[in-house]
Amino acid sequence: MKNFQFRRARLIGVAALGSTLVACSGGGGEGGISPQQLTDALHLVMESDRAVYTKKVVNRLTKDEQVIKASEHFEDDKALPLPAQMFRFGAEAVAEKTDKFSYSLQSLWPINKQNAPVTSVEKEGLQFINDNPGKNYYSEEELGGKKYFTAVYPDIAVAPVCASCHNEHKDTPRTDFKVGDVMGGVVIRVPLS
Amino acid sequence: MEKKLVWAVWSLSLLLLAGFYSYQLFASQDKSVFISGEATHGHHQIELACGSCHTEAFGGQEVMQTACMNCHGAELATVEDSHPQSKFSDPRNADRLQKLDARYCVTCHLEHQQEQTRAMGVTLANDFCFHCHQDIAEDRPSHAGMEFDTCASAGCHNYHDNKALYENFLVKYAHQPVLLEIAQITEKAALTEKYPAAMISVLLTKKDADASADILEANVGHHEQWALDVHAKSGVNCSDCHQRSDNDVAWVDHPNPATCGQCHELEAKTFAQGKHGMRLASLLNPDLKQRLLANIWSDQELLLSPMTPAQGRLPFKPEASHQELNCQSCHAAHDFDLEKAAAESCLGCHNDEHSMAWKASPHYQLWQKEQAGEAPVGSGVSCATCHLPRELHKTAQGERVLVNHNQNAHLRPNEKMIRTVCQSCHGLSFVIDALADRQLINNNFNGQPAFHIESVDMALQRERR
Repeated sequence: MKNFQFRRARLIGVAALGSTLVACSGGGGEGGISPQQLTDALHLVMESDRAVYTKKVVNRLTKDEQVIKASEHFEDDKALPLPAQMFRFGAEAVAEKTDKFSYSLQSLWPINKQNAPVTSVEKEGLQFINDNPGKNYYSEEELGGKKYFTAVYPDIAVAPVCASCHNEHKDTPRTDFKVGDVMGGVVIRVPLS
Repeated sequence: MEKKLVWAVWSLSLLLLAGFYSYQLFASQDKSVFISGEATHGHHQIELACGSCHTEAFGGQEVMQTACMNCHGAELATVEDSHPQSKFSDPRNADRLQKLDARYCVTCHLEHQQEQTRAMGVTLANDFCFHCHQDIAEDRPSHAGMEFDTCASAGCHNYHDNKALYENFLVKYAHQPVLLEIAQITEKAALTEKYPAAMISVLLTKKDADASADILEANVGHHEQWALDVHAKSGVNCSDCHQRSDNDVAWVDHPNPATCGQCHELEAKTFAQGKHGMRLASLLNPDLKQRLLANIWSDQELLLSPMTPAQGRLPFKPEASHQELNCQSCHAAHDFDLEKAAAESCLGCHNDEHSMAWKASPHYQLWQKEQAGEAPVGSGVSCATCHLPRELHKTAQGERVLVNHNQNAHLRPNEKMIRTVCQSCHGLSFVIDALADRQLINNNFNGQPAFHIESVDMALQRERR
């Protein structure tokens, strides 16, 4: 059964990540990868894309060159989608295509309260990554009768615009973020059964 | 012996029953015997086309969901649905889904349950927002004490479409006056902009009509009307509508919306999405459309006859009860009159309080002035101004102004009208108040809103904090 899961995980991984997985393979059993290796690899892609959009698009155009704004209502305001929205849109697009893994962006200080941790693993994980800078949190949990491997990765303010937008937003519960702070966490789940 | 008789009667009854239902299921056109309960106001017109929703016999929720999204998906995407399925499919929502499975339309919109169907076809108790937003007062102290059955019924929020109700929008337009300084609706697109072929077409005159002499003689009135009509001026001859096929020269007396859709594609498409045309939606199926145009089709393929007022659930004029609804019902076939189609055609059938109050309303006075040339074009308000508004639509050739012929697109919940219609002339706060006042809607906005909805004030208060 375990081998089957790993085979399945490998297939998903190959489809989702392509060559990224090659660098991460090994250590997850013969010829396969562990759920943790899968989520680590997924996160590597997510984190990199997210940083690129935040720094090279949003921070550059809104803060450095000041040619356009970023707005939650980007269509009405003819503006750029916020980095958190870009991330969520990707997660929703994935959710429409597969239930083999899912991910979300959460925080202990969310602007949108729906993005606060809900499950006990999410709560523990977000607290852990906040208390232990540089470390990830891995656990298993049962949700709706299904078992999941759940990984929580720190989401860090990579550009000045991350901190300034969150600090200035009227719904923020925290106003002292600075570049380099853990602002929240990326939660990735892989079903185990 | 008696026992044998009982068995014989029992078996015969069973066979007869099985035979009856098998005939109804497989052979009969009329499937009404299988309808488990009256359908909602949104679907009753097509309830006899069971396969529109029940696309597979044993599909379960996913199949039903696909059917819902086939018709409603595009609109939900356009209005940036606040609660799309993708927001709920994450496993972290498992607890919530046990209370309210928001991944599926049928969780809230059950069909054939007329006795428990509420406004907007919702079959849940009206306080459904409670399940996920029960602690809203912690974030929004202004909401403390508000009943959860008022979230979506008081003019403040909708479950799906909040494009004119979200907080930043309320703040942005909070200070608009009741009547905007420049109050004007979108103007008609030039003919050549809508139909580029009209630019190169030859103006036709009475002598150019290409119907046979017999037909022209039998339809003198139509012939004369056509010669003065926009179709003749755009080079559209008799055969273009009555004899479209190259392979089949058969004359069609009454061209159907598929024919009109050859040139007026978006108009025909939106017509088939609304209550006026949804019974004819199969006409727009690309395959059937081709065969219709080639005149190789059967009545059975259309599934349903055109809508008539007699089949509707609103008050209609008795004399119009059996008038079938197609393009020509509102637009006369040979004397195309857009002004008539925008008001008088509607009033030919609709007989409800709101419709009948129009001619006593300020909107009508403006319409009369515009028609008389005493006020600028686009300053009058007809039925179509609000219910079949002109919109910018994206097409392969770029954006163009189009009359959205789906009269439902801006109707329910009525806050859908705010941006596309009402805000062309009126300020946001006034509009929200007016649309929440049932009495004011009934008398066709003849007066002022009787009460004030505080959503704009609340948004401003939070902004100031």
